[in-house]
Amino acid sequence: MSPRVTLATAVRVARQLRRDHRTLALILVVPPALLTLFKYVFENQPETFARIGAPLVGLFPLVMMFLITSIAMLRERTTGTLERLMSMPLAKPDLLFGYGVAFAFVAAVQASVTGAVAFGLLDVPTAGPVWGVVALAIANAVLGMALGLFLSAFSTSEFQAVQFMPAFIFPQLLLSGLFIPRDQMPEVLERISDFLPFTYAYEALAKVAADDIDARFWFDVAVVIGCIVLALVLGALTLRRRTP
Amino acid sequence: MLPGVSLAVRRGIVTGLLGPSGSGKTTLMRSIVGVQIVQSGDVEVLGLTAGTAELRRRVAYVTQAPSVYGDLTVRENLDYFARVLDAPSERIDETIAAVGLEPQQSLLNRNLSGGERSRASLAVALLGEPDVLVLDEPTVGLDPVLRRDLWAQFRSLAAQGKTLLVSTHVMDEADRCDELVLLRDGQIVATGSPAALREQTETDDLEAAFLALAEGS
Repeated sequence: MSPRVTLATAVRVARQLRRDHRTLALILVVPPALLTLFKYVFENQPETFARIGAPLVGLFPLVMMFLITSIAMLRERTTGTLERLMSMPLAKPDLLFGYGVAFAFVAAVQASVTGAVAFGLLDVPTAGPVWGVVALAIANAVLGMALGLFLSAFSTSEFQAVQFMPAFIFPQLLLSGLFIPRDQMPEVLERISDFLPFTYAYEALAKVAADDIDARFWFDVAVVIGCIVLALVLGALTLRRRTP
Repeated sequence: MLPGVSLAVRRGIVTGLLGPSGSGKTTLMRSIVGVQIVQSGDVEVLGLTAGTAELRRRVAYVTQAPSVYGDLTVRENLDYFARVLDAPSERIDETIAAVGLEPQQSLLNRNLSGGERSRASLAVALLGEPDVLVLDEPTVGLDPVLRRDLWAQFRSLAAQGKTLLVSTHVMDEADRCDELVLLRDGQIVATGSPAALREQTETDDLEAAFLALAEGS
């Protein structure tokens, strides 16, 4: 592994993203717009919006970075650039961390903009520190990137990659406790949710929003970090030097 | 895929790989570069097992379809790959000049013509001054002037002691190789210099020699 190659990869990924003005605009505009929509949809249930507002700020980056990374990595695989890189003196972690650094940076900007709109304009309540929500948003973005990188190995076209969103992301969002507290779900679903990374990503955010920083919060953060490492290792296994 | 292919490519010459579509040219080249899963058999390059880490600096491979980032400019692509290869930044200008892309260097790759994009892909392979260049049909879609210039470069690289393995469909290109290897159905059907192959098939024309050998008559 070399810092030179990791940094060069991060710069290259950022350059590609910067070229795509429409994607950049969507990354920055969609989360605040959706949050505004949530606020008015729940106008007659302000307590519900109070509960999910802050966690949503931290969950948007996870979903968006998942999608963007799946497509970006799929392109690397299908256009032959990945094969070219694999025939060069580039270590797999250089590629993974290069993507990670670039997307964490984009996520930081996205979470800051969304946070500014949420806490500045929409009066989303949070008892805990705003920077805590933003920090978790960045961690979640890296988690989304790592998951997208891994799952991109299982799609051979962009149509398939996009389908992983309803297949992989929606069920986790439903089970995470965001819509309904997990202890009010049927026992089976609650047990399943114990094994899903979104559950811990959401719980950590909910705890920051409630300023309820206890041992369980640090456990949630540890699980999110563990899932990032696991997804990156699994992702690295899908980057093959030799293919049939 | 390639049962019983046994082949030694000499250093410092241009070896041409010929054969009908599906004869195994690309598989053979990918095995030499070390990106192909090889079921059995040994592939050695510069005395090392193909695909070992050290060779990744010394062997460059250009695929048939240009593998460059479409959403970056020619220069940005080269800048990135130069950093990966740890090539000095002067090499970027040198390779852009070598493939004749100076006027297009600030254009996005996806806006280039097919031939320009193949040249951008070739430029990446030249960046690291590799000892071995494996080129899969590098001149498809190029006009005769560019083809001539690129072949002059291949000749001069070989004269500097580099080893080139080039697959081609074009007979006047085959004629510029020092050695030719003819593949059919994953088997080598003939090897030798262009002159020797003409002699062996008793023709004056390399195309006729190729057809005679490829069709097994």
